[in-house]
Amino acid sequence: MIIAERKPMEEIKQAMALYKKVLVAGCGTCVTVCWAGGEKEVGILASQLRLARSAEGNEIVTLEATVERQCEKEMVAELEDKVAEVEAVLSLACGSGVQVMAELFEDKPVFPAVNTTFIGMPQKEGLWVEMCGACGDCFLDRTGGICPMVRCAKGLLNGPCGGTRKGGKCEIDPDKDCAWVLVYRRLEKQGRLDLMRQYYTPKNFRAVKRPGRVQAAKA
Amino acid sequence: MNGRIIAFCCEHSAYPAADLAGKLGLHYPETLRIIRVPCAGRVDVIHMLRALEKGASAVLVLGCEDGACHHITGNIRARERVKHCDMLLREIGIDGRPVVMFNLSPNAPHKFVKAANEITKIIKESREAR
Repeated sequence: MIIAERKPMEEIKQAMALYKKVLVAGCGTCVTVCWAGGEKEVGILASQLRLARSAEGNEIVTLEATVERQCEKEMVAELEDKVAEVEAVLSLACGSGVQVMAELFEDKPVFPAVNTTFIGMPQKEGLWVEMCGACGDCFLDRTGGICPMVRCAKGLLNGPCGGTRKGGKCEIDPDKDCAWVLVYRRLEKQGRLDLMRQYYTPKNFRAVKRPGRVQAAKA
Repeated sequence: MNGRIIAFCCEHSAYPAADLAGKLGLHYPETLRIIRVPCAGRVDVIHMLRALEKGASAVLVLGCEDGACHHITGNIRARERVKHCDMLLREIGIDGRPVVMFNLSPNAPHKFVKAANEITKIIKESREAR
């Protein structure tokens, strides 16, 4: 899923400085799971904004709404009535959601309230780690399902680097497992260690032309 | 600000303690408003923030003693949320409107009164400091 984290409050306050009535819009999918932009976070951010502005003697009115997926036009379109009432929208969705909102309501400024950071998974409560770099040229089948491009601090396609610490830790971050040690152990379990001896030519980072576009095959 | 202190009281500990304080005729600040909750763990950050938005001077969350929570971990969750709420308030530069948690048992009316007096003192001190 897409991981995001909330922008510093000062930045959000500054973005909202000119407005008296705003819509704080959340997304019920990825950013809800990573505690950045779900219904709860919408309520908290709106409340913080109201409190901060009221302390400054410059009240702000906030409308709150959370749609199932802010990256889908049909779902964002449900907010039409609310958007019509406000001067600006503060979106807690990922960058994709913010852009859909901005495209649908072109006459209203849309501000991102979160920084979209990476594609990852929850490791433990309140901690998410990056798992995929969305390179468009997946070779997880050859690395035992562990992506060294993302999980190795040096992003090595042919590893390990030689600096692995005792206990299989990374030389750059001793708290992190060396991705290539993980790859070795996984392949060892599968009896496919021969894959470690292969040399991989540099990846084709142009596999996905930017902006990315995927057309489903016709049935 | 309306000077009120909103006290979210767990019905298994703080609420009976407050009841007992009343029965014993103990005095506590008249600005305290008690809200009975099924567990301190039911109190969310947004409840605390909304209380402050409505003009409360402070928020008290009163739950069971450590290890005695009727819902096992409600008081631990409540403490974390109080900490989080405090951080959110500092983030927007609001100080002097404390959000505090106390743990007490149902047979501790004096501790209930002490918590109420303590938060009143904190509010008074922060007002004088400004």
